[in-house]
Amino acid sequence: MNHADCEVFAQRWTEAIVGTSYVAMGRHMLARHLLELTHQLVEGFLAAEFDPSVGRDVGVAMVEKHFTGTETLKETLALIAEWLPGLSTPAPPGADVAGRVAQLVGSLAAGYASALRERSLDEQDAIYRAGLRARRQAEQALAASEAKFRAMFTEAKLGIGIGDLEGNITDANPALQEMFGYTREEFTRLNVSSMVHPEDAASVWEVYGELIRGERDHFRMEKRFNRRDGGEIWTDLTVSLVRDEGGAPTYQVALLEDVSERRRLQAKLQYQAYHDPLTALANRQMVTERLDQVFAGPVSQRRVGLCFLDLDGFKVVNDSLGHDVGDQLLKTVASRLTRCCGPGQLVARMGGDEFLIIVEDTGGEADMAVLADRILSALAAPVRVGGHALTVRTSIGVVERPVADTNPADLIQAADITMYQAKAGGKGRYAMFDQHRNASEVADFTLSATMVAAVARGEFYVVYQPLVDLGQGTLRAVEALVRWRHPTLGVLGPERFIRLAEESGSIVQLGHWVLARACEQAKAWRDAFGDAAPLVSVNLAPRQLHEPSLVADVTQVLADNGLDPSRLQLELTEQSLLGDDAGPLTMLTKLYGMGVRIALDDFGDGYWNLPDLRRLPLRELKLAGSFAAGLQSPCNGVDQRIVRALVDLAHALDLTVTAEGVETLAQCERFQAAGCDTGQGAWFGLPGAAEQIDALLRGAHPLCHREAL
Amino acid sequence: MERSSWASDDVDIEHASPARVYDYYLGGSHNFAVDRQMARQAIELWPELPLIMQANRAFLRRSVRYLVSQGITQFLDIGSGIPTEGNVHEVAQTAAPEARVVYVDVDPVAAAHSRAILAGNQYADVVQADLRDVTAIFDNPRARRLLDPTQPIGVLMVAMLHFVPDEAGPASIVGQYRKMMPLGSHLVLSHATHEGRPDQAGSHTDLYRRAGAPLTMRSRLQVETLFDGFDLVAPGVVFLPLWRPDSPADVDDHPERFTGFAAVGRRG
Repeated sequence: MNHADCEVFAQRWTEAIVGTSYVAMGRHMLARHLLELTHQLVEGFLAAEFDPSVGRDVGVAMVEKHFTGTETLKETLALIAEWLPGLSTPAPPGADVAGRVAQLVGSLAAGYASALRERSLDEQDAIYRAGLRARRQAEQALAASEAKFRAMFTEAKLGIGIGDLEGNITDANPALQEMFGYTREEFTRLNVSSMVHPEDAASVWEVYGELIRGERDHFRMEKRFNRRDGGEIWTDLTVSLVRDEGGAPTYQVALLEDVSERRRLQAKLQYQAYHDPLTALANRQMVTERLDQVFAGPVSQRRVGLCFLDLDGFKVVNDSLGHDVGDQLLKTVASRLTRCCGPGQLVARMGGDEFLIIVEDTGGEADMAVLADRILSALAAPVRVGGHALTVRTSIGVVERPVADTNPADLIQAADITMYQAKAGGKGRYAMFDQHRNASEVADFTLSATMVAAVARGEFYVVYQPLVDLGQGTLRAVEALVRWRHPTLGVLGPERFIRLAEESGSIVQLGHWVLARACEQAKAWRDAFGDAAPLVSVNLAPRQLHEPSLVADVTQVLADNGLDPSRLQLELTEQSLLGDDAGPLTMLTKLYGMGVRIALDDFGDGYWNLPDLRRLPLRELKLAGSFAAGLQSPCNGVDQRIVRALVDLAHALDLTVTAEGVETLAQCERFQAAGCDTGQGAWFGLPGAAEQIDALLRGAHPLCHREAL
Repeated sequence: MERSSWASDDVDIEHASPARVYDYYLGGSHNFAVDRQMARQAIELWPELPLIMQANRAFLRRSVRYLVSQGITQFLDIGSGIPTEGNVHEVAQTAAPEARVVYVDVDPVAAAHSRAILAGNQYADVVQADLRDVTAIFDNPRARRLLDPTQPIGVLMVAMLHFVPDEAGPASIVGQYRKMMPLGSHLVLSHATHEGRPDQAGSHTDLYRRAGAPLTMRSRLQVETLFDGFDLVAPGVVFLPLWRPDSPADVDDHPERFTGFAAVGRRG
């Protein structure tokens, strides 16, 4: 055997077939593989006993190595046929060389063809089976996903319904059946069009139409449905369109969540926000919104009326019979008020025992008067609560105005103020709003409401008026008087705000503030002028005498300024001491005991109770200005004698006497003649700043000379 | 089915599949009539296709051997297609008997067939998945069974990414794989290109687009970009036969006829 021959052949073979088939070998490996096959072929060709099946074996081996191209076979056969007969090693003697070549080539072709056929059939079989397996797995996965969907459909808490494009319901899950009370069979006999609720918005069915026509893919809304049993449910409804692969609509899926409970809760919360829980009447919030609506419209001829009611003496009922009785009473009043009112009239409880009725589109005040009378008579009958027959009286403030002239806040304030007028007018009645009266009350209210803040802002200041010794002509005391430098109204005197301060109670703060300022000033004078410093006389309002802390406050202020109590005089009026309460007198007695001078102011203007003078802890009487008017020339002898008698009486009680309102020299001389101790008034000097008193004390200005002040 | 989602993947054997057409190019019979019809049309337009496919296959073989020589013993072959002569696990396990290979193909038939072929091979398995489902692939129990996330891995995307259009973001997909690859891992990539035979590229692309598997041929620069984050192994991005040939004789006189780029990158 010629090995070199074989190597040459294998090399040529490699070159001939490389690239004609895909084999997983590089060129080098390929050449080695083909060399092996070459040896087999040569061995077979030269065998003593020729067996052509060697060719078949080589053909099969080639296919095994994935020689599958027809070009490979063609090139291989041609090479073998050409090369084998020319081997350097001769065939056995007598061998039929051409026959052997032909048989080997034929056998190799047959082996190659049959192996390739087998291989192709095997591969075809494998790929078909792989296709079947893949399909079966896909079907299993589909079945699994359908099972998942079915489980979700069945177990979901969400109602799920499926319908065709004609609206026929084809399936409904148990949650939906439960929600509507239909069985699945009953559902499948229903059409979506029968699910209309009479109060559906038109838009519901418009968007549904768009969905069915494929113009939208889904919609979501809250929609009401009727249950099979006639009950109503609110649902959060989402309907989706399912399309086929080509995008054409095929069916619809509806998801429904029962939100009835949530809607009920919302409605309840909404109701609670606008209603009084005790009486079920509208509350203040509803009043605000209703009035806003009334006033929101275009300015027109529209008019609106309010009745503001406050039960008289309700606090007594609550305090004496208990809150349960009070509550029952309020509920009865609420229902009677409701019966008095008709459409366009809103009855509200504003809080406590206050009620408000809004009447829209009134024709004039007369309409409201009729309503107010109706309310008064409706409340006239006694209310029976737990064995008590309670007589309810109410004060009603009525206001009726063109909408264009006012606004909600002013309207309610006007009704409120008018209600207080009805109360002040004797209760159990109504008062009709009076615009002029209202204006001054509003002004007073505003002053009153801003007073405490004004004290803090330093808008108040104190002026001092001299009290002059009529015998010596010297400054004996000054009266501290308060002024309000109002930012918009200018300087206001006490007549403008003291009454308001007493009504509102802010007189207590204001009075204390004046006392403190006056005492600081007294200390300043004391420091500057020693014994020549005047007494300081401060007014005390009746209300202050009811403050338990008065004595302590006075003591504190005196201590703060190192003042002897005898340097302070407190002026009060007879009015302060009226009444049964012993408190004020006790308080005065204490102050008197401390050495504070107590003066009775404006004596003679009110109710003269001469015997009282004796039991009161007083140091001084201040004669009201009306006496000075009587002593104006030409002199009236009677007045002169009365003054002298009073002065004598006072002196008998060991009281000093000051004449107020002294404006002329004549008055001055006559009071002097009557024995008065001191005088006060324009003749001696108008109230002025502390510096003016300083000037007097320094002797820069002669006393008893008005032009000087 | 690996993608255990709601709807199953449709098993479509009415249309040609790239995996089975590729098998036909290589002289296999793991294909259906539609695949053969498509393949014959392609070869008629471009007679060298079978040679190019063989060259691609030869590159796969050489690159796997190279990776084993670099110590890589686990492989993730994305777009593995129909198993045929010279599979990754055969090549790898010849060099390193315990090498592990996970094949990934989106084609359910290819996956089913691969599974049949690999039955009994405990070191190789198949995951049916789209190459874009990177997390799903790495999280798949079959992959987790074979792949050690702490060891370098060879990720093969051989003749794969030209089926990913630009708008699908091939670089970002490769980036997602890179994040899953420990340091020392390798990316093996071959990619069709119009460079070399621009005259053929157009009609060939049309044919694949009509068959429902559009091709995006890319330039050398674009292919290099896909290796962002990798160090290219010599000789870099080259025509298929030029990547570390077994012998100089294996290199054709006109390597540009093999209109595919091949490259291997290392994550360092």
